Amino acid sequence: MERSLGKDITATLIVSALLIWLLPMMVATYTLTVLVIYGMLGLSLGLIWGFGGILCFGQAAFFGLGAYTYAIAAINFGESTVPMLLAVLVPLIFAAVLGALMFYGRLTDVYLGVITLVVTLILFKFVNSTAGPQYVIGNARLGGYNGIPGFQTLNVPGNPDAYIWGDPYFYFCAVTLVIVFLLVTWLLRSSFGRVAIGIRENETRMALMGYDVAARKTVLFAIGAAIAGLAGALFANWGEIVTPGLFSLGQSAEIIIWCIVGGLGTRLGPILGAAGLAYLKFMLGQQSLIDNTLITGLILVLFVLFLPKGLVPAVAAPWKASFGRARRRPHARQRRKARHG
Amino acid sequence: MAETVLETHGLTMRFGGVTASDNVNFSLKARELRCLIGPNGAGKSTFFKCVTGLLTPTEGQVFMRGQDVTGWQPHQIASLGVGIKTQTPNVMDALSVHENIWLSARRFHDAAEAKARTDTIIDRLALGGIARTELGQLAHGERQRVELGLVAVADPWLVLLDEPAAGMSAQDVDRMTEIIHELTRSAAVVIVEHDMQFIRSIAETVTVFHQGAVLMEDHVDHVMSDPTVRAVYLGKKA
Repeated sequence: MERSLGKDITATLIVSALLIWLLPMMVATYTLTVLVIYGMLGLSLGLIWGFGGILCFGQAAFFGLGAYTYAIAAINFGESTVPMLLAVLVPLIFAAVLGALMFYGRLTDVYLGVITLVVTLILFKFVNSTAGPQYVIGNARLGGYNGIPGFQTLNVPGNPDAYIWGDPYFYFCAVTLVIVFLLVTWLLRSSFGRVAIGIRENETRMALMGYDVAARKTVLFAIGAAIAGLAGALFANWGEIVTPGLFSLGQSAEIIIWCIVGGLGTRLGPILGAAGLAYLKFMLGQQSLIDNTLITGLILVLFVLFLPKGLVPAVAAPWKASFGRARRRPHARQRRKARHG
Repeated sequence: MAETVLETHGLTMRFGGVTASDNVNFSLKARELRCLIGPNGAGKSTFFKCVTGLLTPTEGQVFMRGQDVTGWQPHQIASLGVGIKTQTPNVMDALSVHENIWLSARRFHDAAEAKARTDTIIDRLALGGIARTELGQLAHGERQRVELGLVAVADPWLVLLDEPAAGMSAQDVDRMTEIIHELTRSAAVVIVEHDMQFIRSIAETVTVFHQGAVLMEDHVDHVMSDPTVRAVYLGKKA
């Protein structure tokens, strides 16, 4: 966090503009869109786990909740603007209530993991069992294991007939991810973010300084859920169907693996981990020689053994050692001179 | 007559059948420096934890500046303006000295004011050379000093220190003594300590704990020469 916020924003905008321009030349935008969405989902867990120390085994619950909220609301409203907002708000409120129960209940890490895992399972089981016609919200049937197809997809606000799909939808998702990334950057530099990192490092100390640790963790947890919910809504629009599989344990585990491989405690790591592993899975899905879960598992094991901090820190450390410090040293000398002179 | 800043009435803490704190009545005036001593298991740390909110006493009450704070959470007690340092160093290891102290200052001031106060404290504690170093890389004495710094930066009116001199070199202890004396200009200070030499150099009034209860409370010279206290420390029957 040595660089100024202005520099950080400029660098982010330049790099992301280049990527958004170049990547569609190499990979189909339909594939890229889902990579971007997974990147956002990875970022949501990377924020609360990497910077808040909250290991949530149920990030998929908020992802699925966002997707289902969008689908149900879109069927009822016949347009997409309000459903998009609801898809962020519902997971936010759900996580705020769940988080308050867990954090004010002083649950330790392991139990937090168990509770979030169980919540995901409950949602999965519940949604799976709603095939009957009695499970209706407004005009939307929940559809059980068949999921909900045929809802209104993203449209230009105020004009339900002007759909945003195909290439424009990719650009929409990519720009949304950049905005979310910048908001996370800002949040982490704010006092709230710095206090959150302090809590990650030492909860007792922060409490002894007078910070209400439970309240702050609840807020951070809810913000992470809101981002996951947004990713879920974007995913629903991309797939044009939502299924209970969104709540599955496999999905939750994958998000954790993305974060570990990409690098915890970095903003970029979880996004790259998510996009990279999802793309790999996509490539492996096109051949039948090796089972792709085997490869994902192997990658995780190799990373934990040889690059336990993940990809981004492993690349960033030598970079900082050779370029970062050279700039900082004369700076420190100046400061010392100023004090003595 | 100075204001009473900390008071306990019949404070009792039981763990199952063990009474770790037994009916402790304690009172501390503003800007007073008080040491709590006693052999291992005398109940000093339990008393300390009950006062700081880390434990909720089984019976009795704790008052701070006349307010009943029994059963409050540590963060609520700290918010009153109470600085607390626990026995083991409790710091943010992956963060720099500056960030550690800033986080403490930020609790009571806006970001800019917190930065100014942090810089002042860093200068005062001679931490300038290591201000950007992560706590995890520092020596034990330096970490203790940083922790005292993040207590001091919040401008507390009551400071509770659990074994601040433990494991420190003589030079570090001298510096610590200086800092504590500086704190007493604006705050009442309670020190739980084992190190008799340190106590001789710093204490005025001393409260002696034995088997959970207060054995005696007097000036340090009287306490040190008291036969009962000596017997308790040496493990003999009085």
